[in-house]
Amino acid sequence: MTFRRIFCFVFIVFFATLPLWSDVFHTRLFTRILIFALLALSLDLVVGYGGMVSFGHAAFFGTGAYMTGLMSLHGITDALVVWPAAAGAAMLIALPIGALSLRTRGAYFIMITLAFAQMIYYFASGLETFGGSDGMRLLARNTLAGKEFLRHHEFFYYVAAGFLAGAFLLCRRLTGSRFGLILGGIRQNEKRMQSLGYATFPYKLTCFVISAALAGLSGALMANETLYISPSLLHWTQSGHALVMVILGGMGTLAGPVLGAIVLLLMEEILSAFTQHWMIVLGPLLILVVLYARGGLYGLWPQKKVSHVTPP
Amino acid sequence: MDPILFFTQALNGLQFGVMLFLMATGLTLIFGVMNLINLAHGSLYMMGAYFAATLQQKTGSFIWAIILSIPLTVLLGMIVEMLALRRLYNRDHLDQVLATYGLILFFNELVRMVWGPQSYFMALPQFLSHHVQIFSGLTYPVYRLVIIGVGLGVGAGLYGLIHHTRLGMLIRAGASNREMVNALGVNIRFLYTVVFGLGAALAGLAGMLAGPILSVEVGMGEPILILAFVVIVIGGIGSIQGAFFAAVLVGVADTFGRVLLPPGMASMGIYVLMAAVLCWRPEGLFPAQRT
Repeated sequence: MTFRRIFCFVFIVFFATLPLWSDVFHTRLFTRILIFALLALSLDLVVGYGGMVSFGHAAFFGTGAYMTGLMSLHGITDALVVWPAAAGAAMLIALPIGALSLRTRGAYFIMITLAFAQMIYYFASGLETFGGSDGMRLLARNTLAGKEFLRHHEFFYYVAAGFLAGAFLLCRRLTGSRFGLILGGIRQNEKRMQSLGYATFPYKLTCFVISAALAGLSGALMANETLYISPSLLHWTQSGHALVMVILGGMGTLAGPVLGAIVLLLMEEILSAFTQHWMIVLGPLLILVVLYARGGLYGLWPQKKVSHVTPP
Repeated sequence: MDPILFFTQALNGLQFGVMLFLMATGLTLIFGVMNLINLAHGSLYMMGAYFAATLQQKTGSFIWAIILSIPLTVLLGMIVEMLALRRLYNRDHLDQVLATYGLILFFNELVRMVWGPQSYFMALPQFLSHHVQIFSGLTYPVYRLVIIGVGLGVGAGLYGLIHHTRLGMLIRAGASNREMVNALGVNIRFLYTVVFGLGAALAGLAGMLAGPILSVEVGMGEPILILAFVVIVIGGIGSIQGAFFAAVLVGVADTFGRVLLPPGMASMGIYVLMAAVLCWRPEGLFPAQRT
């Protein structure tokens, strides 16, 4: 346990002080990492805790980003309005998608979520006001209560870090609550939960929609970070990328997806410095992680018990 | 819509559907028998096309290129199965999706390193590159008719293979109860490798046939892979018959969608179709019977 404490302490100090001693390039790199960690965390809520393997999470990520773009086109640029709207838009889309997809299970669920995401991808590719398949540049980051704080990369880093920390605590509350326990029961044996008198569908749908809200928020943050939105945010490889983070880190845990996002994106950054063909290393590495490290990186972590929720 | 355009588009839709069938049938066979979701199926399609393009340059013959690349793709598929995928049959679908996603990254980068990022074009031989007149006013490229013929031939051949040969009987038996087949003394691991090779051959063939119509490039397998998934989900996962009807349905719907609907809507059309089918029948149109 002491090793674990020390690691957590170093980890938190590192991330809390990073913009103070780092250059702009690395601050922005880690801002992106934090945003992707938020996306991975939201996906893990559905996949790891809910047991619903969604292969279309890019739909909600991209919706958040496009909502940011849409509002800036109409001159609404304040983060206090735009970001909740982005999360809300993702929830609004997730509600029908979830309600329809949850009628199916297993491989069908994977494929229908993928199909819905592709539907939105092609819809966005056809939107001429957003530059169609080329995408669109945003003029500036959102303002915060009318002030242009977010222009400063260091400040924006802390905003992203704050959202990740907030989402982490929210998910911890959620998974430890009655709601989270019922969700865990459904994941392990849905028939039994139904026999116990739980209507499982509303729980699963609620989990799906909450997860979409967090994903939409991360999309809005990403649009602010890169100041660029394009259908590639909605592409199915984006969903795959997020799933990789979750599995690499360890699904069914909260620290896992965050760890996975950090490791995967840093690995991509480092490998791409050595060779432009870094994916030829990453691909087999993924297969090895799936085959031999079943709990992900978090599963390799020295600890007494794996986590309060066993990975499915 | 005038009848000439209608017939041309119907044939285009059928041709596209047949291509989808070649992809989807391998996927659904592998899923039905081994319970494996294989995202790397698109990579086999791409590798088939690259093998054929290279062999065509070397031998100068389109026919020889196809004849030689099929065994190469089968060999590649079997090697991949023995090295990596074999260990995934008993894992849950999430692990399979992830590992085969890793394979996609690997193969895309491999192709980029070996063949370079530029796309290749396969030229058609003289006797396949002209048009024929089907009836007055309607001329149609011979090559697309050949694709339709090959696809229908493969479909008929598969039907015969699955329903009237010993191998087919073992495949059907393996799909319904693998432990029993194993207990009866059949080498189920080898059977799985053979089935995977069969799927690889079909995917490779689809890639080779697509070569002269589309460009041979990195990532060419992914769009058709996703469409093939739509096909097998509509048809019912594990059902070859379902894959055939769904492939033709999706091919025709997509082709007519592109003619009749505005561009953005057209690509969405088949996903709307899939969502509608799944809402109506969550197991697809022809759910495979499992015992």
